[in-house]
Amino acid sequence: MAKAPASPESLLERFGPHPAYAPPGGWGDESRHPAERLVKTHCCFCGQQCGIQLKVRGNQVIGFEPWEEFPFNHGMLCPKGVKRYLQGGHPDRLLDPLLRTASGFRAASWDETLEFTAKRLHEIQEQFGKDSVAVYGGASLISEKSYLLGKFARVALGTRHIDYNGRLCMVSAGTAYKLAFGVDRSPLPWSDIASAEVVLVAGSNVAECAPITTDYLWRCRDRGGKLIVSDPRLTPICRNADLYLPVRPGTDLALHMGLLHVVLRDRLEKEEFIREHTSGFKQVAESVRSWDPRTVAEKTGVPPEAIERAAHLFATAKRAIALHARGIEHQSKGVENCLALINLCLATGNIGREGAGCAMITGQGNGQGGREHGQKCDQLPGQRSISDPEARAHTAKVWGIPPEEIPQAGYTAVEIMEAIHRGEIKGLFSCCFNPLVSLPDAVFTREALEKLEFLGVVDFFLSETAQHADVVLAGSLQEEEEGIGCTAEGRVIHIRKAVDPPGNAKGDSWIYCELAKRLGRGRYFPYTTTREIYDELREASRGGHADYYGITYEKIDERMGVFWPCPSLEHPGTPRLFEDGRSFHADGKHHFVVTEWRESGDPVSAEFPVYLTTGRVVSQYLSGTQTRRIGGLLDQYPDPRVELHPRLAQQYGIGDGDWVTITSRRAEITLQSMVVKTIRPDTVFIPYHWPGERSANRLTHRTLDPRSKIPEFKVSACRLRKAAGPPEWAARGQD
Amino acid sequence: MFGYEFYVDPSRCIGCQSCVKACEECETHRGKSMINFDFIERGETTATAAYVCWHCEVPTCAMACPADAIKKGEDGVVHSSLKPRCIGCSNCVLACPFGIPKIFPEYEQMMKCDMCYDRTSVGKRPMCATVCPSQALAYVKPEQIAGRREKPANEFYFGRQRIVTQVRMMVPAETESISLDVLDHIWEASYDAVAQPR
Repeated sequence: MAKAPASPESLLERFGPHPAYAPPGGWGDESRHPAERLVKTHCCFCGQQCGIQLKVRGNQVIGFEPWEEFPFNHGMLCPKGVKRYLQGGHPDRLLDPLLRTASGFRAASWDETLEFTAKRLHEIQEQFGKDSVAVYGGASLISEKSYLLGKFARVALGTRHIDYNGRLCMVSAGTAYKLAFGVDRSPLPWSDIASAEVVLVAGSNVAECAPITTDYLWRCRDRGGKLIVSDPRLTPICRNADLYLPVRPGTDLALHMGLLHVVLRDRLEKEEFIREHTSGFKQVAESVRSWDPRTVAEKTGVPPEAIERAAHLFATAKRAIALHARGIEHQSKGVENCLALINLCLATGNIGREGAGCAMITGQGNGQGGREHGQKCDQLPGQRSISDPEARAHTAKVWGIPPEEIPQAGYTAVEIMEAIHRGEIKGLFSCCFNPLVSLPDAVFTREALEKLEFLGVVDFFLSETAQHADVVLAGSLQEEEEGIGCTAEGRVIHIRKAVDPPGNAKGDSWIYCELAKRLGRGRYFPYTTTREIYDELREASRGGHADYYGITYEKIDERMGVFWPCPSLEHPGTPRLFEDGRSFHADGKHHFVVTEWRESGDPVSAEFPVYLTTGRVVSQYLSGTQTRRIGGLLDQYPDPRVELHPRLAQQYGIGDGDWVTITSRRAEITLQSMVVKTIRPDTVFIPYHWPGERSANRLTHRTLDPRSKIPEFKVSACRLRKAAGPPEWAARGQD
Repeated sequence: MFGYEFYVDPSRCIGCQSCVKACEECETHRGKSMINFDFIERGETTATAAYVCWHCEVPTCAMACPADAIKKGEDGVVHSSLKPRCIGCSNCVLACPFGIPKIFPEYEQMMKCDMCYDRTSVGKRPMCATVCPSQALAYVKPEQIAGRREKPANEFYFGRQRIVTQVRMMVPAETESISLDVLDHIWEASYDAVAQPR
């Protein structure tokens, strides 16, 4: 049933993406009227969630003003932050709920669409059981919405299948940190970066994906700090690196184990720290014994001398930090990659002190907050485990239901799509998630969507996934509901409401509550404001690892953010974890965890000899639903290009700007080349923000990390050939 | 703003173009960016350069203007051409050794970076330097820049033309001034001895 209803052209004409260049009223006189209000809030476009002031006039956001007092970014913003304000008055904005018709969509009333949605969800669950309906959430949602969505799935629908697009982000890091430290949070505030003597950036294109973090790295270097970067691409920050490690895609684990090998071989470990504060060291020491620099060099392509130097720099520094992101996390051994880096930090005594430790650079808008309170398939609010009887009892009490009514853990994001494909899940309620662009193996995703008996979507633009929906509920932007987020640092921040949703669009939380009512569970969703939801979230998180009980909107405003855990109203918050030398594990120890080498799920071969790796560009965000609609950002990088080294290009007779067909074991796409010396000659890179024929995720594969269930976006195998000319989409202009 | 100086450091630039986008938001040239931004040679490197007008002590653009349309304020800011005077001749565009001024046919005027006069005159920092994520563009007090690896320089040589600018370029600590002419770097004591017509 869920085939896209109308021709792509007619959908495109009505719903976009159209690029908006100018503020509401145009660049001329209308938008020159001064702002009536400046609303201090935060950017929605990455895990750093920079402070920003939105200029508001009437019910419209008309521009921005830097917020220099906010201590994380001091007014700094990347181009996405500068242009984020262009979403509210956008011509593509959904102003009414939509119902699918034979030829497209028609605007409908809230009563009709909500009634229809509840009826279909109910019918499917009646016929096929509770778990035949799944819920998708988004990490870009404010924490109140993500908390409420988790409760909606478990209490209103009673399904165990709820997961979110953060599954495509940093779950490998989260899983690793839970194994090592018992808690899923970067253990240090970003201010520590500037005071480190050595910073190792492993698999993070900081300049493009976390641009403000660049300033922290440069300030570290100003103080004499050394920068080491491992990446298959020479990204902008590598120009100033003291040591660049050109690691082959998918071999980071070998590199990290090799670093620890050198540290232990040369007796640079911190014995006292290991003895007092850790467990499991012996087994890990044994496991890295065979990873000598020569062996590692053969696996990774990083010279043995560079491995030795990196290990020595890191281990002999008084304070060293390892920062990492999707480069090491988006792999079928993403958890191991992170654990091996944590092992390195533990062995060198780098944790729980200023300027020392490890940190994941969380990627999505509310990537940290959005995963803490219940839209992960295996978690209840406060980072509690859904299988823990005590956690279930606590949550059930807050929710006012018997503990046994809370379903057990369900499938993760990719597993949900696979269950849809094999017919096990029949209905999907998706909020702020565009799986057609963001999940791996997009051809498979489209097949799965077409098999759904019901697809309901909450979104503010008609995403590519929403084109397949039976009903689209016109929801709200981040600045249209009050709430909180949590940044990559673990700092809980206040998202102030700037404007009401335009037209007949509604706040997402209102939509979830209205649906719950129509599903007969309204008494568990009595909220009239998001503040009431937040107060319940505080109670629900109380006593959990991610304890928000002591954090109120007012306290956030007074302190420019509060770091969790914050168990009481008097508690100042916890910017740096483990300062008392104890982890969050019951034994208080930091756990060394043994890592084992294994190959990628999509290995290179004679037939597919080139590594493909995917990632972001600075001007786009995730599946592009928002940023492909902002002209100034789109112009900066209008279509995906395939980056390849001149040596590889020469082998295939490819010149800069030529059309190249990239074929993986699943599909092929044709893109223009960008011939650059800044990438390994055995690897190509494609950014993933585009849909359809331009989608990098047509090429990627569904191999998951066995523990985090993150897909292996960073390692696929492909082959190249020069195309005869531009593909059809390029001739059409767009798809 | 009193006590603040503008510094440009291409070695910090990450090519994000936040400055370019933010400049468009200006109240005086809405939708038009006055930032000069280049990928140096993308095939070879990720190096990028974003820069503003250097606001010369003796502006070449003003010297070359036949209509006396380009004025420097007492605060040292070199402004866009005065619209009633500007004849759109492009002399300034050709004359500026840094390639800053641009003619905007739709406005029949040369426009350029005025270091966000509308902001700095009311105590706000220029937009580009406020948002720049890597602080490659920085508008700070000299004591704040003193802690950097690089040091500021504002003396440029273009052949025999010496230009002193208000905006500072961050250069390696041992550099005194910036010459873009190879003749200033060759071993012979004086380039007059090398290449004078005989």
